[in-house]
Amino acid sequence: MSSFRVSGRGRVDHTQPIQFTFDGKKIKGFKGDTVASALLANGIHLMGRSFKYHRPRGAVTAGSEEPNALVGTRRGPGRFEPNTRATVQEIWDGLQVNSQNRYPSLSFDIGAINDKAYMLFSAGFYYKTFMWPKSFWDKVYEPFIRAAAGLGVSPTEPDPDHYASRYLHTDVLIIGAGPAGLAAALSAARAGSRVTLVDENAEAGGSLLSEPSAQIEDMSAWDWVGKTVAELKELGVKLMTRTTAIGYYHQNMVGLCEKLTDHLASPDGETPRERMWRVRAKQVVLAQGALEKPLVFDGNDRPGVMLAGSAQTYLNRYGVRVGDKAVILTSHDSAWYAAFDLADAGTTIAAIVDTRAEPNADLVAEATKRGIRIMAGHTVTGTEGRLRVKSVRVNPVTGSSVGAPEVIGCDCLLMSGGWTPSLHLFSHTKGTLAWDEERQTFLPDHKAEECEIAGAGRGLWGIEAVLNDGAAMGAAAVKSLGKDIAPASYAVANDRPGTGVSHKELPTDLDAGKARAFVDYQNDVTAKDLRLAVREGMRSIEHVKRYTTNGMATDQGKMSNINGLNIASDALGVPQPKVGLTTFRPPYTPTTFGAFCGYHKGSHFEVTRKTPIDSWAEENGAVYEPVSLWRRAWYFPKDGEDMHAAVDRECRATRASVGIFDASTLGKIEVVGPDAVEFMNRMYTNPWTKLAPGRARYGLLLGDDGFIRDDGVIGRLADDRFHVTTTTGGAARVLNMMEDYFQTEWPDLDVWLTSTTEQWATIALNGPNARKVLEPFVEGQDMSDEAFPHMSVAECRVGGFPARLFRISFTGEVGFEVNVPAHAGRALWEMLWEEGQKYDICTYGTETMHVLRAEKGYIIVGQDTDGTVTPLDAGLSWAIGKKKPDFVGKRGLARPDLVAEGRKQLIGLLTEDGKTKLEEGAQIVLDPNQPKPMKMVGHVTSSYHSDAAGRPIAMALLEDGFNRMGETIYIPMADRVIKAEVTGTVFYDPEGARLKL
Amino acid sequence: MLLIHCPYCNQTLPEAEFTYAGEAHIARPADPSSVSDEEWRDFLFIRTNVKGPHYERWRHFHGCGRYFNAVRDTVSDRFLITYKTDDPRPELSDLLEKSK
Repeated sequence: MSSFRVSGRGRVDHTQPIQFTFDGKKIKGFKGDTVASALLANGIHLMGRSFKYHRPRGAVTAGSEEPNALVGTRRGPGRFEPNTRATVQEIWDGLQVNSQNRYPSLSFDIGAINDKAYMLFSAGFYYKTFMWPKSFWDKVYEPFIRAAAGLGVSPTEPDPDHYASRYLHTDVLIIGAGPAGLAAALSAARAGSRVTLVDENAEAGGSLLSEPSAQIEDMSAWDWVGKTVAELKELGVKLMTRTTAIGYYHQNMVGLCEKLTDHLASPDGETPRERMWRVRAKQVVLAQGALEKPLVFDGNDRPGVMLAGSAQTYLNRYGVRVGDKAVILTSHDSAWYAAFDLADAGTTIAAIVDTRAEPNADLVAEATKRGIRIMAGHTVTGTEGRLRVKSVRVNPVTGSSVGAPEVIGCDCLLMSGGWTPSLHLFSHTKGTLAWDEERQTFLPDHKAEECEIAGAGRGLWGIEAVLNDGAAMGAAAVKSLGKDIAPASYAVANDRPGTGVSHKELPTDLDAGKARAFVDYQNDVTAKDLRLAVREGMRSIEHVKRYTTNGMATDQGKMSNINGLNIASDALGVPQPKVGLTTFRPPYTPTTFGAFCGYHKGSHFEVTRKTPIDSWAEENGAVYEPVSLWRRAWYFPKDGEDMHAAVDRECRATRASVGIFDASTLGKIEVVGPDAVEFMNRMYTNPWTKLAPGRARYGLLLGDDGFIRDDGVIGRLADDRFHVTTTTGGAARVLNMMEDYFQTEWPDLDVWLTSTTEQWATIALNGPNARKVLEPFVEGQDMSDEAFPHMSVAECRVGGFPARLFRISFTGEVGFEVNVPAHAGRALWEMLWEEGQKYDICTYGTETMHVLRAEKGYIIVGQDTDGTVTPLDAGLSWAIGKKKPDFVGKRGLARPDLVAEGRKQLIGLLTEDGKTKLEEGAQIVLDPNQPKPMKMVGHVTSSYHSDAAGRPIAMALLEDGFNRMGETIYIPMADRVIKAEVTGTVFYDPEGARLKL
Repeated sequence: MLLIHCPYCNQTLPEAEFTYAGEAHIARPADPSSVSDEEWRDFLFIRTNVKGPHYERWRHFHGCGRYFNAVRDTVSDRFLITYKTDDPRPELSDLLEKSK
């Protein structure tokens, strides 16, 4: 092991070595290491290349806020994840880790040429540099930008893992298991509440894991964490580690993403990779702590430049010194303690550079005791080193003047710009923030949800203060649940309280315009970019953010927001609270699509509805098409047939003898009650009063705007009972609309509405021999033309099953629709199929159904209508009960625009050559030679090859179409203009002779 | 996900059980044929589109199936009240007083 690992130090298990690979090279670490801590233990700081400039980058943090050290991880085929934060990924034997966004290698990356050309890539560069010529965008600029910029590459193989989702109800959800969260959990659990405590790290403890020398209640911090976790478990607290609260939603719903297998060398294959929890909590305690801010100066992104608190974490938690010779640069007391810990572990502290002229005297004394050089009132104006920092340029600052530089050699620069309360989740709830002048940061103000914010999250500092606040907030949370508990009081020895100041970019003696002083590391946004955005007219912080992309990276501004705000505020000459903060959006950290999908993938992505006869269709070679959620048999190809041939054959066979069709998907609604007929009169356009029981009628449903919503045949079974059918896709919508009018407009009517779509299997028989196939199975109904004419309905038995039998036709042939209980559907189908063999019965699918109905000019709502078509436009004015005082849509039909001249009307089209089939959706013009853009006067709605007509047929909506019969119109296509004649919509048997037996 | 109180079931249940059904208290004229084109247009299309407390309809679609009324703040998504379809329209000032 290299000299950077401190023997016996940290919470990693020094007895359990682990080996993984980084860019193919074998790396050794210990159990408990992250990829970043193991690499640092081996002296490796260079972990990635930046997004835009391909600058060498190393880990700048030790946690989930990491912007730089993004890597790809692989665990066999399909298990590849890009942009994993090396600071979070735990290592295991055999883990493959690769650096990203570099070619040919991490240490020599051709893309780094972008860094030399940085002037081209300043804020808003893509709005400016790549503006002209327009045609270059698709072919030159965008491919170039996409190739040059970027993070990891998307996985290409399907993800073999599975993901779970769960619900959880709890009294108190505590987010963050650091000192504040642990103390809050103790209060709440001791008071007898159900408590859930979550933390994104592998173990509870938070900042206490990085502060082993603190003494809580006469115990070491780590012992206190151990004892507390044990007590919490004893009290029944649900403690969830490796679990990130990704979003905080309305009424205290919090989304948690629990990672279950990414840290395991050999998952059992049963456990989901991740589990998404939707938690509903009565109270939430946000104990998320604070995030350390970088300082902004030239070269603050070089590998080896790192947050001081993170260096302290690497040392105390992982037993890793991040370098042999460190310079500390800070505006906050906390970095001094990091320096002391590192010095005590053997790292040379070359200097503590504090931007403040007079740092805390006790700290100065401590540093002096260790022989550390103190440079108070100094700034850093640059760093050197290609793949790792090797020196720092330090200058004294007196007032506004920056003195002569001194170059100090080092192999790491540890910085602290102070701490920002982590308020992301609080902001998700639209809780408001208030600017705290003393701490130079935003703190939670007005709460929008039932929550408390504890500890460093509300600006407190020091372990004792945070513990006591956590205890108080845990007690406050359960108080509103009616439970009183006196919060515990904690005494902490060796505490490390502190204060600091906040900065915009640090002063420099060099040209600030040439400084590469990064604010948002991941998006490569510099201080200069922010100032440029303000110079170019951006005033709102939201505009500055979008123009520069500051805070828009996957870290969602965790490190960059306050620094960006300080700089924008300075450039705008407006104080920070007036500038305001941009919005934090969920998820808190990048979350996999798998976790969001959960079980909803593959066949579970969406329900596939199948009819009771679907299995027969499958066994008989049906090709399916989706119709709303249903899968329907589209056509039944025989050996070698294409769709065209199969549909022609199905059409021919049906018109010649008999075809059988599964119509079970038709929506069915039972309308029953003393006022059923009145209800039908009010809902549908048609008159129903005189429709006798045993008769059926085509029903048309409008909206109150007068436009067609749905249609279907409706049978009257008794005075007080209607069997209503709807379109397949419209069933739920129609019932919803009926319920709406019934419940809210006509509550006086005595009527019941019931969906019966899935209770009935519906088999349609059509063709001259349809009755012959059906008749032998019918009991209790005379099937003669006189007793059971077209548009009849009867309750009888068919094939021994109770049935509702309709004589109706959607083909123009003699037709029957038999409804039997769903369970009997397939049995009856097989009986009819068997009997039909005598007549060469043919099964047909939805495509043939469409052709046969189009040949007769029957419309399909939603295909030949589009929500702007009236019954008059569709040639259905005969379906309107003109004498009725009112029905839904009656008043709408009298609206000025609906009675105006020149409306689009449904007509037939026959192409002039008799061979060309029009394209559905194609636009129609009257004069093909007019200049572009041409005036379009309509479009083709339905178009098929018609076997019966021996030619293609089409329907179209055409302006003033009824007055253009016989005229020629034009359909311009990409390669030619098609001529067609305007006709009526009935292409076959216009007299309807074939409907008679 | 919001929790919504169904005034018919008298239970507070997840939003997924409900569907939104537009602005409330827009009655269909009793005799549509007698109203002017302008009045019919207003009935069909003109909505208040408020920023703040909004009187609106919901349906307990995957539950009892009933339509009911609600006042929801469109800024905070907070429900001030839900009430049965035939209950009188509650005064906003009373609701705001209660929700303080």
